Amino acid sequence: MSASILPLVLENVSYASNGQPIISSVSLSIDAEPSTIILGANGAGKSVLMRLMHGLLAPTGGRVCWSEPDSASLRRRQAMVFQRPVMLRRSALANVLYALSVAGVPAAEREAQALAALDEVGLAHLAQRPARVLSGGEQQRLALARAWALHPEVLFLDEPTANLDPGAAREIETVIKAFDAAGTKIVMATHNLGQARRLGDEVIYLQAGRVMERAPIEQFFARPATAEAAAFMKGELPWV
Amino acid sequence: MGLIRIALIALAFAATAQAQDRFITVASTTSTEQSGLFRYLLPIFEKKTGIQVRVVAVGTGQALDIGRRGDADVVLVHAKPLEEKFMAEGQGVKRHDVMYNDFVLIGPKGDPAHVAGMKDVAAAFRKIAEAKAPFVSRGDRSGTHFAELEIWRLAGIGIERGKGLWYRDTGQGMGPALNTAAAMNAYILSDRGTWLSFKNHGDLGIVVQGDRRLYNQYGVMLVNPQKHPHVKAKLGQAFVDWLISPDGQDAIASYRINGEQLFFPNAGN
Amino acid sequence: MGAIAEGLRRVLELDRELWHIVVLSLEVSFSAVLIATALGLPLGALLAVKRFAGRRTVIVLLNALMGLPPVVVGLLIYLLLSRAGPLGELGLLFTPGAMIIAQSVLVLPIIAALARQALEDAWREYEEQLRSLGVRELEAAFTLIWDARFSLVTAVLAGLGRAAAEVGAVMIVGGNIDGVTRVMTTAIALETSKGDLPLALGLGFVLIAIVLAVNAAAQLIKEAAQRRYG
Repeated sequence: MSASILPLVLENVSYASNGQPIISSVSLSIDAEPSTIILGANGAGKSVLMRLMHGLLAPTGGRVCWSEPDSASLRRRQAMVFQRPVMLRRSALANVLYALSVAGVPAAEREAQALAALDEVGLAHLAQRPARVLSGGEQQRLALARAWALHPEVLFLDEPTANLDPGAAREIETVIKAFDAAGTKIVMATHNLGQARRLGDEVIYLQAGRVMERAPIEQFFARPATAEAAAFMKGELPWV
Repeated sequence: MGLIRIALIALAFAATAQAQDRFITVASTTSTEQSGLFRYLLPIFEKKTGIQVRVVAVGTGQALDIGRRGDADVVLVHAKPLEEKFMAEGQGVKRHDVMYNDFVLIGPKGDPAHVAGMKDVAAAFRKIAEAKAPFVSRGDRSGTHFAELEIWRLAGIGIERGKGLWYRDTGQGMGPALNTAAAMNAYILSDRGTWLSFKNHGDLGIVVQGDRRLYNQYGVMLVNPQKHPHVKAKLGQAFVDWLISPDGQDAIASYRINGEQLFFPNAGN
Repeated sequence: MGAIAEGLRRVLELDRELWHIVVLSLEVSFSAVLIATALGLPLGALLAVKRFAGRRTVIVLLNALMGLPPVVVGLLIYLLLSRAGPLGELGLLFTPGAMIIAQSVLVLPIIAALARQALEDAWREYEEQLRSLGVRELEAAFTLIWDARFSLVTAVLAGLGRAAAEVGAVMIVGGNIDGVTRVMTTAIALETSKGDLPLALGLGFVLIAIVLAVNAAAQLIKEAAQRRYG
């Protein structure tokens, strides 16, 4: 078992696009243990921060450092599930097989691993169905299966249930909890407070591209330390 | 670039593999092809010798250019001054007369210039110019075009300077030019063969014929293998020899459209 | 109307000769499209996916080349393949091979440019996910081509339409030799210039019918496959 790629350390990371600052001077360390929720309103910069961490965007200032140097192996030990799942024009099973093939898994082992992943998320009966005709919730579960098949160390999730109805959202949350229980580090962006509470151990509260607060989940909800966080929660749950 | 070379060579092999081994390329004129002569003549030659003759039919000027570039083995055209120039450049081995046909002056049934039935084609041209009756020229450096220009010269008309709206320089082959003349009800000089096989006579008919100056001499030349080493000299010469042989000359004479003979063999004159 | 009926009747009389012309037309155009697709799809895909200095210039150039006049391409290929030219050794002038080359050159920019457009749109959708999975640019290009195959069919059909319809290039490099390099378009040009307009019309309708049939078949296949794969 090779060494962990965590902790992930962000040193004074900034990101600007067309001269507009989106992330400003974020320094933090992501460790293996707690499930991390990145909380914030729409436009706070959650998605950009996730992409900076996952390596899809390069910071315009500062550094993003994993415990391992940048390489293909680093890429393989993390996976990301997007708000809108992107599936290839092939069967559900073939989509998972594709990810395994890209990751260099030997051909003989791919099918078994892919089927196991589909089984984990309850999609085994839809293995041969064209992925693009699946429902939104099913496609998102497929995205999770695709990520699961690679056994990543870190799983990034960018508002994975924002486009789903409550029933489908619950199914996704169940799978994420299973990932968590199996030892995968979860980093999830959401603006849904209830979901944050159900899935997270710690909260990083983001506003206008800055980290306002970071605390264990219950502490954050009971006594938000900053006025901004309190206002956010009031906005989300006006009856609190 | 190397990959492209390989692909092209593969294509070349494919192309030649499906092609016959024994064939020659003859550059000739559109009027000769469109008269249907080759369709009639070439199968006779092919049956006798097993040599396929591939005719690229373009204007005389272009046919001679094809010969100069070495892209044909034999050239068969009808513009003696240009052929002699070709020979003087050393591009051909030997020039042989093969056959002649004649040009005819075509005109509208209305005959605005009153030239129908005249025996002197130069005089007829003069009358057309005076009447400023519409006249369509091929203008494409073809044998027919040069013949037309020669008649204007004999008529004393400076067609370059004297050009008016009545003279339509179309830059087209014989067929398209005849189409244009039919549409415009204009006079036009044409070779008899194309006229006879042309299907769109419209309101036009032959108005002047038989003048000796309307005779159109065809010459054949083998492209010089010393200048172009890849020319199929033996096969090409076989074709030339057959054309001027009694067999070939008889075949030429026996070609008819609606019972009329089009080409008159005169090799060895 | 009468001219069309007359034309079709004359066309049917042509039998073997017409058959030969049609088969050669299909051989030449399909071969050219095959070559242009094999080269043009990867080219379009790489242009869609890779970022490099001068990319915009290449795209503008490629789009402009879609409008290459066939007769100009014919002339350039003629000068290349002529015995007096650099590739004269190959002896390709006045053969179907030359016609295939000329049409490939003509059709390549069309397929590449249209493919680039379709694949750039697809890349916008797939880029993040594929990069997240660790797919490298070359691999991504081929994945995109396969995934966007239905919209790429349109690009290929556009190329085929151009090849089947053009006369300028094949006339110059092929020479319209009876029985050897005569295709539908050059035959139509010849019959028109001979004044045999009904026959030219008839041939024209055969050509249109064939192109229509190919497009209809492609559309049916596309729809059936889309129903299956979503």
